[in-house]
Amino acid sequence: MEKENSLLDQARRAFFGKVAAAAAVTVAPGMVLYQVAQAKPAAEKVTDKVRWGMLINTTKCADGCDACVTACETEYGWGPESEPLSAPNQRAQWIRKVKLTDKATGYAQTLPLMCQHCEIPPCVDVCPTGASMKRVDGIVLVDKHICIGCRYCMMACPYKARSFVHENLTDQNVNAPRGKGTVESCTMCVQRVDNDGIPACVEACNAENHNAMFFGDLNDPQSEISIELAKNGGEQIRGDLGLNTGVRYQGI
Amino acid sequence: MSLRQFSQKLVLVAAGLLLALPMYAGEVPSPVVPKAKAKANEEFGCVEPVTEMRKNHMKFILHQRDDTMYKGIRTSKYALAECINCHVSPEQNGTYASYDEEEHFCNACHTYAAVNIDCFGCHRDTPEEASLGQASTDKSDPYHKDFAFNKNSSVPKKNVDALSSGGAE
Repeated sequence: MEKENSLLDQARRAFFGKVAAAAAVTVAPGMVLYQVAQAKPAAEKVTDKVRWGMLINTTKCADGCDACVTACETEYGWGPESEPLSAPNQRAQWIRKVKLTDKATGYAQTLPLMCQHCEIPPCVDVCPTGASMKRVDGIVLVDKHICIGCRYCMMACPYKARSFVHENLTDQNVNAPRGKGTVESCTMCVQRVDNDGIPACVEACNAENHNAMFFGDLNDPQSEISIELAKNGGEQIRGDLGLNTGVRYQGI
Repeated sequence: MSLRQFSQKLVLVAAGLLLALPMYAGEVPSPVVPKAKAKANEEFGCVEPVTEMRKNHMKFILHQRDDTMYKGIRTSKYALAECINCHVSPEQNGTYASYDEEEHFCNACHTYAAVNIDCFGCHRDTPEEASLGQASTDKSDPYHKDFAFNKNSSVPKKNVDALSSGGAE
């Protein structure tokens, strides 16, 4: 009896041990690793040790849901209200939902499409002033201070990720300086990332419980995104261009 | 007239002009610059001595701009958003003057000096009450202690008024 009990105890201990280990694994990528990988004092420079990326699981991305787009609009103040005089296809658009339907089978899937934060960005190649640039941590940005609004980068981008502001804007969000005559695109929420945050679209997707978007450091093999990529893979859109995009997709 | 006589006369005329100057001193228009809401730093008032800021604020802002844009350095000391938070104070009715109005802190001088700036083509020219504090979370920053990282509305109107009538610049 006593022996049986002790065996039972052992089994219980082993079981609880496993539960605890599982919890550590699931909690760690979200919390522990996150802080180790991302903590950066405000006065410190960004480093090329990290490369920020995103992984989007299109099988979890719900048709008809545009939480990521709405979150981006709210965070940065783009959209119909900000440019009322422009035609809808002219307005700035940092992120959009794209629906792909296989005509033969009718199988449809949706995915969010935005700046893919290429390792070799064509927009940076063609920019005549150096305004289009890539930060050392892989985030591709427009330095609007020196952007002359030529829109060459918009032509060069294979993802149609950039847009041009056609109207005078006022009351911009503090975190989103944007104005007439400059090109803009997804910034991977650079000011959030610099403050240890995650992009607004990822946050919104998680809040909707779709959890279709991962954000993390592609250079860190222990990050949630790298583990997921190593396990299940992730494709680049137009991978044939060899741009090594920072945004990867599963299920396309 | 010899050169010596001429130079003597020149000195006299110059002296006369100098004496006449104070008469006009009161009539030179000067910009009415709104007071800041708080002292960023007890020693200097602003983040640097006021005379230094008047002369070189653009250099500080420009340097910070490139540091933030390219290196991701997001300290609040020379951040334009913090200039706006502190220097653009609400008017009597609680609204803020925008950059194209003369009451706006930046515009008060820039109109006077006839210097056009295009910061506010893109940047917000008034404090943003809702999302203040997202600019930086570095609480160890010694500047803007009362201001940075808090919602603007957390500073009571009467404090703002008291400070505005005080010596903070």
